[in-house]
Amino acid sequence: MADKIYSTKLQDLAERNVFVMFVLLMVLLSVGGLVEIVPLFYLPQTMEYNKHPEIVWDNKGQPISVENFKVGDKITWKPGDGIRPYTALELAGRDIYQREGCYLCHSQMIRPFRDEKERYGHYSLAAESMYDHPFQWGSKRTGPDLARVGGKYSNEWHFQHLMAPRSVVPESVMPNYPWLAEQTVDGETIKAHMEGLRMIGVPYTDADIEAAKQVDGVREVDAVIAYLQVLGTMANLKDDVDYRE
Amino acid sequence: MEETKYNFEVVRWFTIMAVVYLVVGTLVGVYIASELAWPFLNFDIPYITFGRLRPVHTNAVIFAFGGCTLFATSLYVVQRTGKTPLWSNKLAWFVFWGWNAIIVAAVITLPLGINQSKEYAELEWPIDLAIAVVWLAWGLNFVMTIAKRKTSHIYVANWFFMGMFIMITYLHVVNSLAIPVGLFKSYSLFSGVQDAMIQWWWGHNAVGFYLTAGFLGIMYYFVPKQANRPVFSYRLSVLHFWALMFGYVWLGAHHLQYTALPDWTGSLGAAVSLAMIIPSWGGAINGMMTLSGAWDKLRTDYILRFLIMSLAFYAMSTFEGPVMSSKTVNALSHYTDWTVGHVHSGALGWVGMVSAGALYHLVEKLWNTRMYSAKLVNAHFWTATIGTVVYITAMWVSGIMQGLMWRDYDEFGTLTYTFAESVAAMHPYYAMRAIGGALYWLGGVIMLFNVVMTVRQAAAQRSTAAAAAA
Repeated sequence: MADKIYSTKLQDLAERNVFVMFVLLMVLLSVGGLVEIVPLFYLPQTMEYNKHPEIVWDNKGQPISVENFKVGDKITWKPGDGIRPYTALELAGRDIYQREGCYLCHSQMIRPFRDEKERYGHYSLAAESMYDHPFQWGSKRTGPDLARVGGKYSNEWHFQHLMAPRSVVPESVMPNYPWLAEQTVDGETIKAHMEGLRMIGVPYTDADIEAAKQVDGVREVDAVIAYLQVLGTMANLKDDVDYRE
Repeated sequence: MEETKYNFEVVRWFTIMAVVYLVVGTLVGVYIASELAWPFLNFDIPYITFGRLRPVHTNAVIFAFGGCTLFATSLYVVQRTGKTPLWSNKLAWFVFWGWNAIIVAAVITLPLGINQSKEYAELEWPIDLAIAVVWLAWGLNFVMTIAKRKTSHIYVANWFFMGMFIMITYLHVVNSLAIPVGLFKSYSLFSGVQDAMIQWWWGHNAVGFYLTAGFLGIMYYFVPKQANRPVFSYRLSVLHFWALMFGYVWLGAHHLQYTALPDWTGSLGAAVSLAMIIPSWGGAINGMMTLSGAWDKLRTDYILRFLIMSLAFYAMSTFEGPVMSSKTVNALSHYTDWTVGHVHSGALGWVGMVSAGALYHLVEKLWNTRMYSAKLVNAHFWTATIGTVVYITAMWVSGIMQGLMWRDYDEFGTLTYTFAESVAAMHPYYAMRAIGGALYWLGGVIMLFNVVMTVRQAAAQRSTAAAAAA
């Protein structure tokens, strides 16, 4: 009985020898991932800047920021100049955005539909999150999309909204974040974070990283607001250009 | 005695912990569902806000409850089907303590806001390393136990567990690649679109291999055992096994349709998703038809009810999944509660129920007794079923409503609803969802009580028997 083959020879062999089955599975299970993931690293049409280089900021060796890092601070880059790495203050805000799990209720990825364009703005490009480690596209809109929230509300509105969302949007189900006004950012930590990001390809200059010390002591809420205010404002996207094939 | 032949003590402990984590994980779920319905429940306390507790819920149900269930069942099945004790009992205990230590670490770090902000892979890098070590220890033990089996062929349930082992290893290693910038902070090695694709390759295959292949392994052992019938079709199991292994890997891209991910990737993912209905239903049919000629058992065997109901939910959600991955439907359903409903019809209906069936079966076998109360098993069955139906119905309605409200235009060609109006419209459904979840949680509490009483009853029986013998 034990020697009868009920299926094919290969199947029978795999069922008798665990290592044959193991190797077969290892090969089979790697195919889908390899086909879908690897090309994204080298196919030129994946990143829109290959065809539209103007959407990425050319820093010409200049640091992003030259002065201090208070909200509304003076930097060499202006909105629309192109996609660039986050400043120390914005990165501190982004860290807090991650810490609080904002991505679980807010997406940062606008799809190319008429209603999304009217509600949120131009559809998102892959290049716009090229410095996002990790991506924050999200998967759920319990709250609205934030990919282009930058510049839509004042800093004061954001402050009020983060402290007590229902005081400005009565229907909101967002938690209050009062502790963001009490806790402050640590400059050394952000410096270490920027150094880590530079190691994996984010083009920070030495001056950018050196400037991180200046965010020390800034309230967390101001860092979050700085991050929110830059979202979607980096590239100057035109309606009559087809960025995606 | 079987006790001398097999290593069952570690399986017993995994079984108990699985039931405990079922109660804990669903309780956190009910709480965060309630926070969305009644936001005052966030109480301005950072550690219990929705954003910090949601990963606690997902990690608790997937990795604590699901993990302990998978370890308990796989370590049991591999011994019984191979007629051999474990390759290493010590290694199995290492997995038990290691896994539980990881769960404790997760429960501490996630409320503190220590996370990688990748869904279902939130745990920071030191914990990720620990997961890799413990996972490989389980896999090594599992594969080596198969290798030393005393039967000629490897039983089908073990194929699925093995597929899960290899794929989860791939996924966990690649998706967790990150640069540490502190003891509790790291950044993903990948960025933007590549990171998104890798994350959802992970995200969907955590579902496909951990919550599907692994639990199909459970199904292939416990359904035939509980029904006392052979598996319906050997050929079908061979075909759907290899098709499932090859196909599931491709599905992740359907989470990113119409995003900045190149169109070819999303379409490829959607096309394979559609085809996956065939292998998925192959498994469901194979499980259900195992009962052919023995359907009457459903009237009296409450444990079997769980197993069969789970297959019904499995068939339903694996039909719903491909529908939602088609581009037209996805345009509406993406970003809405429909996705949440879909996940829960799989998680509560399929994973939760097949686990309950398998765990009840295990308790009776491992403690060599009958359940303390069959009526309570039935009560659990109905609370779980009704809870699941209430939950997913609420999410279907709210999800489709959200999608339609967001894209609705009035007669002047302007958007009819503000986003805030769509949030307000969700309130009754969020409340209903919390009630459905609470029912499901109640079922878990009934199960825990029943299991504890059964274990105590078994201990009492043993001491009586010992006294009689003496």
